Amino acid sequence: MNSLAALIPLFPLIGFLLVLVLPKSTTREPVSGWIATTAVLASFLTTVISFVWLLGQTEREVTIHLFSWLSVGPLNVDAAFLLDPLSVTMCLFVSGISTLIHLYSIGYMHGEKDFKKFFLYLNLFVFSMLVLVLGNNLLVTFVGWEGVGVCSYWLVSYYFTKDSAASAGKKAFIYNRVGDVGLLLAMFLLFNHFGSLNYLTIIGLGSTVPLSSTVTLLIVLALMLAASGKSAQIPLFNWLPDAMEGPTPVSALIHAATMVTAGVYLLVRMSPVLAWSTSGRWVIAVIGGLTAFVAATVATSQKDIKKVLAFSTVSQIGYMILAVGTGAYSAAIFLMVSHAFFKALLFLGSGSVIHSLNGEQDLRKMGGLQKYLPLTFPTFLIGWLAIAGIPPFAGFWAKGDVLTNVYAFSKPLYVLGLFTAVLTAYYMSRLFVLTFRGDERFREVTEGHDPHESPWVMTVPLVILAVFSALGGLLDLPWAHSMSLAGFLDPVFESTVSPVLGSHLSEFVLAGADAAAGIIGLIIAFSLWKSTSPWPRFESSFFEKVWRWDDFYDFTIGRPLQRVAQFGSTTIEPKVLDGAVVATAVSVRKSAEGIRKIQSGFVRHYALVVVVGMMLVVLFLVARSW
Amino acid sequence: MHTSLWLSLLLVIPLAGAALIVGLRASDHLARVIGITAAALELALTVVVALAYRASHTVGSGSTTTVFDFTYRKVLAPSLGVAYDVGVDGISLFLVALTALVILLALVGANESRRTPAFVAWLLVLMTATIGAFATRDMLSFFLFFELTLIPSYFLIAGWGGSQRAAAALKFFVYTLFGSGFLLVGMVYIAVRHQHVFGGDLTFAMSALKETPLSSGVATWIMIGFLIAFGIKSPIFPLHTWSPLAYAEAPIAGSMVLSALLAKLGTYGLLRFAVGLLPQSLDNVRPVVLTLAVIGILYGSGLAAVSKELKKVVAYSSMAQVGFIVLGIFAGSQIATSGAVLLMFNHGVITAGLFLLIGGIERRRGTSTISALSGLQGPAPVLAALFTVVMLASIGLPGLSGFVSELLVLLGSFNAHPWWAVVATTGVIFAALYLLWAYQRVFHGEATGENASIPDATTAERWVLAPIIVLVVVLGVYPAPLLNKINPSTHAIVSHSTPQGVSR
Repeated sequence: MNSLAALIPLFPLIGFLLVLVLPKSTTREPVSGWIATTAVLASFLTTVISFVWLLGQTEREVTIHLFSWLSVGPLNVDAAFLLDPLSVTMCLFVSGISTLIHLYSIGYMHGEKDFKKFFLYLNLFVFSMLVLVLGNNLLVTFVGWEGVGVCSYWLVSYYFTKDSAASAGKKAFIYNRVGDVGLLLAMFLLFNHFGSLNYLTIIGLGSTVPLSSTVTLLIVLALMLAASGKSAQIPLFNWLPDAMEGPTPVSALIHAATMVTAGVYLLVRMSPVLAWSTSGRWVIAVIGGLTAFVAATVATSQKDIKKVLAFSTVSQIGYMILAVGTGAYSAAIFLMVSHAFFKALLFLGSGSVIHSLNGEQDLRKMGGLQKYLPLTFPTFLIGWLAIAGIPPFAGFWAKGDVLTNVYAFSKPLYVLGLFTAVLTAYYMSRLFVLTFRGDERFREVTEGHDPHESPWVMTVPLVILAVFSALGGLLDLPWAHSMSLAGFLDPVFESTVSPVLGSHLSEFVLAGADAAAGIIGLIIAFSLWKSTSPWPRFESSFFEKVWRWDDFYDFTIGRPLQRVAQFGSTTIEPKVLDGAVVATAVSVRKSAEGIRKIQSGFVRHYALVVVVGMMLVVLFLVARSW
Repeated sequence: MHTSLWLSLLLVIPLAGAALIVGLRASDHLARVIGITAAALELALTVVVALAYRASHTVGSGSTTTVFDFTYRKVLAPSLGVAYDVGVDGISLFLVALTALVILLALVGANESRRTPAFVAWLLVLMTATIGAFATRDMLSFFLFFELTLIPSYFLIAGWGGSQRAAAALKFFVYTLFGSGFLLVGMVYIAVRHQHVFGGDLTFAMSALKETPLSSGVATWIMIGFLIAFGIKSPIFPLHTWSPLAYAEAPIAGSMVLSALLAKLGTYGLLRFAVGLLPQSLDNVRPVVLTLAVIGILYGSGLAAVSKELKKVVAYSSMAQVGFIVLGIFAGSQIATSGAVLLMFNHGVITAGLFLLIGGIERRRGTSTISALSGLQGPAPVLAALFTVVMLASIGLPGLSGFVSELLVLLGSFNAHPWWAVVATTGVIFAALYLLWAYQRVFHGEATGENASIPDATTAERWVLAPIIVLVVVLGVYPAPLLNKINPSTHAIVSHSTPQGVSR
């Protein structure tokens, strides 16, 4: 029974292989899409069975050993999975949302030339993501970690004939690689001190291995570097907006709901290790808080609907990282799960909008879509209210949970978080107003036609996700803690402490502040964006250009590196290194000017001379020893 | 213990094939048939040898264990120390198999239509020379085979290369020969010293040379000589300047052989002779060698990024990979050493694959200059997919072979020498950078001009790439069959070369 969980990642792999090897005639549209969707659905159902089974167990840490992967001297790494409350929670929402997005994609990708390839990549992605969360050691997690990265690269550059898409894919991969160096270094440090990469072994040895505070800080910083690459946090966040070049279902699945939360998962998985370094956790909290804030400011001034959502994702993950820093791990997972629902919903909704407008993504060419999209509109409305933190939708509870913990951890970070909540409600309401309300600015793109609602394969996922976004708060109501997600997850974090508040009264006050922040942001947006002709001037070009972050990297890292490489190729290589070789050769020839005549220029003659010379050396040495 | 007959057959078959081609004055077609048959037979035999190989036999009093199998030694000229000596251990075993595989693939997938019989014959001679160098336990034999590889490689470059082939071949030849001088002097010194101390006949048997008492000063001088000799072949920064020219000017088969096999003779020599025979010098040279290895990784990556020609991208990329191998060899860690040996094999497979694919592009477009290529993924999606898989293996994507070996090298060297390992680890970023950028410029974007009408990978091309793809995937997921045979040998060499024995 317990090895059933090995099937969870296996199904999407089988789907991938089927679509890969089946003859073309059997995998044309939409068959390949259905094969892929079924594979992921099977994976979801297996996860549900595993989850129910795990609930009935008292020992909720089950290792599933597959085979011995790497074994050299003291290094022994197994290909093995760990089924525990954390991994099963991750698998549930990853496979569940993946199923919905696969289904949606059958409609969205209709008519694409590389329809089959899209589902090939998508299944491989789900496989990698499930390996990532199920791995029982850092190295297996790393396999999934890079696997999702490469699938993201393929899917972002899916429209590879467009230079911007090709560059965006490459940028995503390179930024992720910078983060990967962090994960590699964390592995090296942990192996150096614990002799193992296995989560349970490292955590079990824990305090028995004395580590200096420098080492623990370095480990935590390395892990945070890894997380900031994958989860798009400062300083590596600016690949995510470019990744919007990918088809919208990809943005929903990979760049909102699942892959980008892998960094948060990693930190939460390593939470007992984070607990060793208070200063490390402060760094994490500050990075999370700042990212949440910076990305929210940027989102206020974007004109592309997907870019707003992308920065919103960065900002929301910032909240999760902030929660991790404060030690509120189950709050981070709670927000991750709720965010997966409402952000997937918002992206798929925006995809439906884009679909109805023949591919238009510019908010300035939308407006008044409310009456044309009878299913997209109400579902999007729920997603918007959820992310804006309006009670009783999921976002309110999840964000509230995070902010309550932040309040107990640090007042300045709480203020930053609360202000960001106002910004969140503001930019999402702006997006909502510009898309669905106000003047109809889309006639030019639709060539006068009315926009049309999407087919059922696209709207059914919207409805299901809307239900979960509305009711997601039930996962963890503050007054029913023991029966909740947190109650299920907390044993995983047992060795760590999260700050607890003093009284129920203050919890109510904080919840009130959260709700007020959301409503204030909403009111401001509605009053400012009432009219769009002329276009209101509430957008900052500094924010729109992402605080000039890309320019800064280009100036301080990109161009200097390129200059160094050019210098190497035009000067060091030919003039210095090869120059020295040529100079040696020339001086040898000059000094041999006298015996020039026997220089025939034939390699075989040179070879003969060298061989004879070598023999003389041998003879000399042999003679000397006698 | 298995019979050495297998290894002797490995040395004879290619030579017999070459002799047959020359003796029969074979036609182009017959020459290819003979060449491919000989190489396929050779590959089959090496697979048998690799499967049958067993490590750990106790010899003599039991104090020394040898990890060699298929051994045989017959002294031919006692006074000169000349002996016929064969045997493989976990370090050379897979390099022997790699040689057979790469040359077979070169014969099948990178054939030259001009003067085919001579081309095939030279490749077969090269096969014997390379396998001979890997499959001996005697340093003099190694040296002779090592030198012998020069002649066929010279003629392959000079005979079938690009427009600057003459210059490239000469530079390659003179450069390498220059290095060999140092190797010869050092080798003879150790042998003579051994005879001086222990008496008896002059011998170049490695098991004997290993026991030669050398002061750390003398050992260091010999080590420097070895480093120059093998460093040129590998190549190690800054002795690499012959290699981009040679790799780019050689015919595809020549580039495959140079980067996949002959470079490995250099790194193999470093492990077997520099580290294996001169442990006294390691502490003196280690900081310098590790630094050069790390510079090689970064410098090679940087130059790969700005190279304008696909073959040069791979040439500099190889230099970076060799940096990882050298780091692993000199880190003094068993994990890193096993990683380095595995990386020699994996890099051989990967780089052979990359050159084969570049050959495919050259056949279609007549050039591998990046600026002339664009959007090839549109008309040739399968070719692009094959290139992608091999490229990702080279980048070190987990699940593919390159990752396992690179990880072992970095993890092992981090334990022993963290700072070098940290800098080397940043190399994984640059590997992604230069390869993905090259890929983007060649395969992504709109296919313009003649690029738009190229045919996709042919069935023959797919079959030639198939073994490479299979190896890259299988060894990424399940490297145990190789590692289990490599580990005892790396354990032996590392415990001999670290005074306190293997700690990590």
